[in-house]
Amino acid sequence: MSEAAQRPVVGLDGVAKRYGQFAALREVSLDIAPGEVIGLLGHNGAGKTTLMKLILGLSAPSAGQVRVFGLDPHGKRARELRPRLGYLPESIAFYDALTGREVLDYFARLKGVGRGERDALLARVGLGEAAGRRVKTYSKGMRQRLGLAQALLGRPELLLLDEPTVGLDPMATRDFYATIDELRGEGHTVILSSHILPGIEQHITRAVILGHGRLLVQGPLESLWRSAGLSFKVRVRGHWNDEGWLQTLSAPIGEPRRINGSRLEFNVSHEDKLAVVRALLARPEVQDLDLAPPGLEALYVHFDHVANTTGEGS
Amino acid sequence: MNAIWTVAWKEFRDGLRNRWVLAITLVFALLALGLSYFGAAASGSVGFTSLGTTIVSLASLAVFLIPLIALLLAYDSIVGEEERGTLLLLLTYPLGRVQLLTGKFLGHGAILGVSTLVGFGAAGVLIAIAAGDTVGAELLPAFGYFILSATLLGWVFIALAYLISVCVSEKSRAAGLALLVWFFFVLVYDLGLLGTLVATGGGLGREVFPYLLLLNPTDVFRLANLAGFEPARSYSGLMALARGHALQPASLTGILVLWVVAPLTLAAWRFRRREL
Repeated sequence: MSEAAQRPVVGLDGVAKRYGQFAALREVSLDIAPGEVIGLLGHNGAGKTTLMKLILGLSAPSAGQVRVFGLDPHGKRARELRPRLGYLPESIAFYDALTGREVLDYFARLKGVGRGERDALLARVGLGEAAGRRVKTYSKGMRQRLGLAQALLGRPELLLLDEPTVGLDPMATRDFYATIDELRGEGHTVILSSHILPGIEQHITRAVILGHGRLLVQGPLESLWRSAGLSFKVRVRGHWNDEGWLQTLSAPIGEPRRINGSRLEFNVSHEDKLAVVRALLARPEVQDLDLAPPGLEALYVHFDHVANTTGEGS
Repeated sequence: MNAIWTVAWKEFRDGLRNRWVLAITLVFALLALGLSYFGAAASGSVGFTSLGTTIVSLASLAVFLIPLIALLLAYDSIVGEEERGTLLLLLTYPLGRVQLLTGKFLGHGAILGVSTLVGFGAAGVLIAIAAGDTVGAELLPAFGYFILSATLLGWVFIALAYLISVCVSEKSRAAGLALLVWFFFVLVYDLGLLGTLVATGGGLGREVFPYLLLLNPTDVFRLANLAGFEPARSYSGLMALARGHALQPASLTGILVLWVVAPLTLAAWRFRRREL
């Protein structure tokens, strides 16, 4: 990536945020390039929302510097930035008495966006049919989709989505991620926060993991797994009378965990993953197989531990 | 500027839609008609009495009702948006905090202004016709002044409601504070003042007293409509003390305007400094 040619969309330099005695963010430095889809990961209270608020200019950092498109989002020229940003706050209820269309109209007018976009956006998020109904009657998923439509008003270059899939059913989550993929294809830069990992992996270009207000680690998830040396779980189901066949496998399967007579679970490293799966699939005993990446929990625990030990060392 | 009108128009339309405008207008109109019709009941007869008497009775009731309506209308303006999650969102739009507050004030102010004008105005016209008022023409300016000061009184309490709304983080707390503010200005303040007057045996100088009344917007409203108004002299009670003082309707209007501007400015200042 040629960093000189591409000015970062977001640049954080030694950013800290304190609320009284509580340090919500400490020493966070991060550059986000155009077109990236960042997964901002961490537990509740890790500082994800605080980081978003700083980028949006809703609050000023206690220390360090925040730049969005080269400008200070909390500064005098913040007004110029606003139309280029789209934001979906966590669990937004909107105005019960208005219809979906009216809500979007209100926000469009505030953003100086013409009405032409409105119906297209409602259709895009799948609310075309429900646009004339009051928001009061909307389900959680529909409100979230209205929120996404709102965030997309005026085709913002940078989108910040705070826990967008919380409370969504699996179908709605899938639709949501499909939209994220489309946006990525259109060249939007997206920052997506989540406290759960499954589901998000395929849709982000880089993960940024926060813990207790510090940036624990960042990079593509693949490389994070590799550097953490965390194991994937391979689960198989099938028919076998004894486990002799396991000895004949030419892959580093380690010691499997026996779930019951017809199910086994193997812990394998990122490097061995493919070899093990190939070997298992070649066996007639195996009827079904699935593969689970290490959870956010494991990644988090690992890097939190690393950060603590290096923090104490220096 | 556009953003301010967008917010103002939304608030006003919300007021039309959830029937605040209709309800307030009807309450004011019925109140005025009722008071006028039964106003003379004490002297053994009913029927539309003159506009002059009506204004006096109206003013003494409006002073309780208008602040309550205004506080109820506006107490959750900011804290309500916050609980809904829309406040954070609105502020990421090209819309400053002061602009948001200004827009809301214009919207809520219009709801109250229109209701007061239409409600009292329509009733006033009906009363003037029904009573066959001989002095009607003279009284119309007084009635107009009553409507103007009633609107201003409402705006004062909208501004106070915003001050409450930007200072708390829960809607229920805002509601509680709004009731306390109402209770204080409408009841406690005057009682306290009267108590002090009696306790000091009138030692509290006649010079200071009128100015203490100015520290309560509901008293300013009363002064404007009762003391400064000839037919009302005999009814004015506590206000009689302020009689003869250099408090003319025009300067009282100015003071009410100050009472709108001051809490509004304070609310804007608090809101700007507030960490979200």
